[in-house]
Amino acid sequence: MHPIIKLVSQRLALGLLLLFGASALIFGLTEALPGDAAQAVLGQSATPEALANLREEMGLNRPALTRYFEWLGGILQGDLGQSLTNKLDIADSIGKRLGNTLFLACAAAVVSVPLAIFLGLLAVRFRNRWPDKLISAVTLTTVSIPEFLIGYVVIYFVSVKLGWFSSLAMINESMSFGEKLYAITLPAFVLTLVVLAQMMRMTRAAILNLMQSAYIETAELKGLSNFQVIARHAFPNAISPIVNVVMLNLAYLVVGVVVVEVVFVYPGMGQYLVDSVTKRDVPVVLACGVVFAAVYIGLNMVADIVSILANPRLRHPK
Amino acid sequence: MNEQLTHMASQVTARKMTRREFMGKATALGVSAAMASTLFADAARAAGPNKGGDLKLGLQGGESTNSLDPATYASSVPFQNGKQFGDTLVEVAPDGSIEPRLAESVEGSADAKVWTFKLRQGVEFHNGKTMTSEDVLKTMQRHSNEDSKSGALGIMKGIESMKADGDNFQVTLTEANADLPYLMADYHLIVQPDGGMENPAAGIGTGPYKVEVDEPGVRHLFTKFENHWNPDFGNFDSVEVIVINDATARTAALQSGQVNAINRVEPKVADLLGRAPNLTVHSTAGRGHYVFIMHCDTAPFDNNELRLALKYAINRQELVDKVLRGYGTVGNDMPVNAAYPLFDGSIPQRDFSLEKAAEHYKKSGHDGSPIILRVADGAFPGAVDAAALFQQTAAQAGIPLEIKREPNDGYWSEVWNVQPFCASYWGGRPVQDQMYSTAYLSTADWNDTRFKVPEFDEMLFAARAELDNDKRKDIYSKMGMMVRDQGGLICPMFNDFVEGVSNQLEGWESDPTQEMMNGQMSRKMWFA
Repeated sequence: MHPIIKLVSQRLALGLLLLFGASALIFGLTEALPGDAAQAVLGQSATPEALANLREEMGLNRPALTRYFEWLGGILQGDLGQSLTNKLDIADSIGKRLGNTLFLACAAAVVSVPLAIFLGLLAVRFRNRWPDKLISAVTLTTVSIPEFLIGYVVIYFVSVKLGWFSSLAMINESMSFGEKLYAITLPAFVLTLVVLAQMMRMTRAAILNLMQSAYIETAELKGLSNFQVIARHAFPNAISPIVNVVMLNLAYLVVGVVVVEVVFVYPGMGQYLVDSVTKRDVPVVLACGVVFAAVYIGLNMVADIVSILANPRLRHPK
Repeated sequence: MNEQLTHMASQVTARKMTRREFMGKATALGVSAAMASTLFADAARAAGPNKGGDLKLGLQGGESTNSLDPATYASSVPFQNGKQFGDTLVEVAPDGSIEPRLAESVEGSADAKVWTFKLRQGVEFHNGKTMTSEDVLKTMQRHSNEDSKSGALGIMKGIESMKADGDNFQVTLTEANADLPYLMADYHLIVQPDGGMENPAAGIGTGPYKVEVDEPGVRHLFTKFENHWNPDFGNFDSVEVIVINDATARTAALQSGQVNAINRVEPKVADLLGRAPNLTVHSTAGRGHYVFIMHCDTAPFDNNELRLALKYAINRQELVDKVLRGYGTVGNDMPVNAAYPLFDGSIPQRDFSLEKAAEHYKKSGHDGSPIILRVADGAFPGAVDAAALFQQTAAQAGIPLEIKREPNDGYWSEVWNVQPFCASYWGGRPVQDQMYSTAYLSTADWNDTRFKVPEFDEMLFAARAELDNDKRKDIYSKMGMMVRDQGGLICPMFNDFVEGVSNQLEGWESDPTQEMMNGQMSRKMWFA
């Protein structure tokens, strides 16, 4: 078998095992939280009878292990089950929410990844001169300000004062692609500001590191222009660390944006997960957790594989 | 100038002039903006409601876990949803009286034990079926039978039997209750076809709007139901309930005109928001109250002297000023206020007094060990700050309070009604009887102060069976005094409902029953 295929299948198997472990961990932790779905749903208005009736209906009286393996059995057959609290099909709800989350993440990634790498290259080209300092100062400032604050400032000026964009990034199926893009402009912009700095700094650092190498000197002595040296000789060798940090940020764009979702009232996965944890809706928490874990594991796997492909020594092991 | 104004007003009444034009011209004539606004509102009201337009409400209090099943309603968004697509038998009017809805009239027997609701005929459900007394009966059964998990289960307890009888629906109670019609106005008791036994979350009701889109935690879209039994209800083409849990996002959405009204304006921004020209901040005194509750049966709170010491040691006015920023009124250590019918306004107000606090504390003989007060921000907005202020004033009286912060998550299951001294919130009930029966009767499940006084219970039952309002008022006054002087409730304040409403909307009515005009905005308001 080709070493690459072997590697990918090994990683996939390991990933599945990790997912299984993650689901068990999530289940255990939600069980450890005080109270259960019945109590959370009835809240302050819980009477003992109503609680008992609801527990019976939700099947919470059965042992935890039985419930976990039932859920696992379901998911192996591709059935995510029903929400405990509103009886809606989880696959349906997650499908919509995940679609929204990926849409926002993609929009932010399409802008931020190329921009970050380009700014990184630019910073190296003009290292320690004013463009480098300006890029670093701006991106480090935006990453240091909490994202809800950036969100509020943007809403105040662009939405309330100027009225250019809607502060509610609500999207639904009846909207056209263009309308959806318009609706998510502000949250995508804020997310871009949030993830830009890390990727930009990593690009800059990785390439600067290589710029000391002998082969770069050779390339310079060959008479190549400064930017050519960076883009053609330094960048390919810096891909591995850059891809790693890009993947980390992409994963963040999918799983870590609940604050931006709340500020812009965006119907993504984050809010869905938070609501479900509050209501102890275990099947939904598990489903969301597994999806998030899969995104993380998947993106990290991609990063690993790309780093290997980018490195001839790893590509052709002796 | 007057003639001109009168002419302009008649133009408005004839719908020939918009608000913007009117305001512009009136202010040009030297009329103040506030005055012009009033003149316009009067003229517009004379014209009667406009039909049409899409009402958008931006509301806090919706989760992805919400269902349309009325039995599960426990927060603001589901409450509003229910008011759009559903009707109850009766509704509590803004003045506190009972207003007929699906029942045309209500009649109680002389002993207040048998209540007959005469049902409106020809009422149509959204699925085209006509409402019958069987539907009503099954609805009430679903909320009260043994395997019910309804939020209304508690108030349905006193029912002995129910029957559907032609056009009538009849309830027989185990004990007399003069307030039964108020119980039937509970927002969970939406009449559903076949009682919603088959599919309770279908969102089929008799309300003025029918469910179009149901995305829990995101938005709920309702469109006008043309065959509603009351053509005066529901002036909009559609109503959209948008879940905006973040307070700043909510205010921004209202300011930029993306929604027409929002609930829960934060008191600290209410004044600033009210200055915006295109909207009005309404503050409505309600029955909800922010409280600290002590278990009367647990040491050291089993000592009434200590309870009194703590009651005297809290500076109510300071809490109203600082925690509510003035959007509320001081409480008097009873769960009722002037917003309730039959309230006795002559009961003296308990004032902040360090001397009395110290005196009672000394009499209690407490050993001086710190008294633990559990609190979380989820108990009520500003609860942690309120506890800190309480701690300061108590310390001045020599009472050592120790604040223990609890997580919001799980507060209602682990702390409230479990720990002997904590912060809490009560939403209030339409009548005094219901408030006292819910939380102050010895046998009540939610007796969160463990207030168990047989004499009090007897008075409660006596008042319930009493049809003479003067006598009832007298009994309620005594009960209020008893809770105030012997109970475990420290009630520093009643909060107002603070809501932001666009000036494009006309027909606002203050309604103390619940927030956002008790859910009646979409029925009673209209676009100017």
